[in-house]
Amino acid sequence: MTELPASTQKKLGLVIDLDTCVGCHACVISCKGWNTENYGAPLSDQDPYGADPTGTFLNRVHSYEITPEDGPAQLVHFPKSCLHCEEAPCVTVCPTGASYKRAEDGIVLVNESACIGCGLCAWACPYGAREMDAAEGVMKKCTLCVDRIYNENLPEEDREPACVRTCPAGARHFGDLGDPDSAVSQLVADRGGMDLMPEQGTKPVNKYLPPRPKQDCAEEFDVLAPLLKPVAEDTKGFLGWLDKALEKL
Amino acid sequence: MHPAPSVILFTSFSGLGFGLLVFLGLGLPPVTGWVAFFLYALAYALAVGGLLASTFHLGHPERALKAFTQWRTSWLSREAWLSVAALVVMGVYGFAAVFLGTRLVPLGWFGAALALATVSSTSMIYAQLRTVPRWHQPLTPLHLLSLSIAGGALLAGQMTLAAGLLALAAAVQVAHWQVGDAALARSGTDLATATGLGPGPVRAFEPPHTGTNYLLKEFMHVVGRKHARKLRLIALTLGYGIPVVLLLIPGAGHVLGALCVLSHVTGLVTSRWLFFAEAEHVVGLYYGKRAA
Repeated sequence: MTELPASTQKKLGLVIDLDTCVGCHACVISCKGWNTENYGAPLSDQDPYGADPTGTFLNRVHSYEITPEDGPAQLVHFPKSCLHCEEAPCVTVCPTGASYKRAEDGIVLVNESACIGCGLCAWACPYGAREMDAAEGVMKKCTLCVDRIYNENLPEEDREPACVRTCPAGARHFGDLGDPDSAVSQLVADRGGMDLMPEQGTKPVNKYLPPRPKQDCAEEFDVLAPLLKPVAEDTKGFLGWLDKALEKL
Repeated sequence: MHPAPSVILFTSFSGLGFGLLVFLGLGLPPVTGWVAFFLYALAYALAVGGLLASTFHLGHPERALKAFTQWRTSWLSREAWLSVAALVVMGVYGFAAVFLGTRLVPLGWFGAALALATVSSTSMIYAQLRTVPRWHQPLTPLHLLSLSIAGGALLAGQMTLAAGLLALAAAVQVAHWQVGDAALARSGTDLATATGLGPGPVRAFEPPHTGTNYLLKEFMHVVGRKHARKLRLIALTLGYGIPVVLLLIPGAGHVLGALCVLSHVTGLVTSRWLFFAEAEHVVGLYYGKRAA
């Protein structure tokens, strides 16, 4: 049913730390791997070894250059996947009811056997979180690894989204953002977690932690500076003689 | 947005077909018998042909019937219901007009209202999208409705009415372009809000991959905009200007009428191509494809 639930019991989602992400794309690969081998239609590739390869991904990492007013330019790696919005515009536009938001945990999913592949949900998403699979003709999107997080066949430490489990930098966090006492909610509160495109009115559940200001590191750059200063001008002894001799040449 | 031929043909021709059904339902002209047969055949060919064309862009057309289920929230689902209702009601009305020689006047009005509602629901599919600021404005339904009604009047042979409606549609078209050109900037969405990395300058440094993808193909059509100004002039001249001039020639026969329709349809398809090709989806910001 494409009517959005009035409220959800939980708001499961991700918190992505833009200060910590190193842009290694490991989350992209683990996402592609898990979601190709498990739930739903595989994430296909077209012409993967040819001249013009394309494919379906549920998570992609952009990189942006920012220039703070007082400080050096910075490179920010920016992973982007479905934000599991509270006011998900992709759900209400769906004509078949294939797109839905779960009342129990807020995860936005696609029932692939009801999807006609019209693409309107992808048009309605401002974040580019949905991609039509060119081989299957159905809409693919992040499931928050719904087939991992409740999967009792997996060891407990693996019951989190593949992207979170694999991140070597610890830049991705998973939890209930509806519970103000959860670790992810605390993290968002401490670090000033933010919404993407708040003006679009989607109320995303996923939050992004902004890069920490870098200007207070400026002093640090001088730690080695004294050691690198030119040697004393008024040289004495053998080196002094050599210096003068070479000057005269 | 990617200007997919199936969607351009669908919206153009079904708009014309439903526009014609509006006038047939209102009894303008009050036709019965063979003349009615040909006019209804034309209207149904355009409307149904357009609807069939729209299924070509579906990944799974065999599941299309499921699109009738979500009318409570989805304009696409409402469009499905309204189009079928309009076609059925006008089918009964048309059958009586063609084969029984009688016009069931109230049924015709009801059918005309349903045909208008169908075009409105089509236009709302685009107007509802906040992600495409150029479409997310009240002028979008007005633009698609005015074009549909003007084209319908033209096909129904309502010469003076068609001239007036075409002039009105031209004014709406120009206003839609004017407002649309500033829509992305006015929407407040830019790379800074998209990434939350503002307020200083944010620049897309490196895309997520070296190749293309579904998002780039579907939402970031930039090639066509190169000739947008020339194409706008062509759409305005062929779609509105020439037909109005031809319609105002007194005692114009069928040859001029056909020329008029041909010119209008060419202009209409050009305008509809621009409607998609010029529309900027905000996801392009993430890829650095929109002026920030």
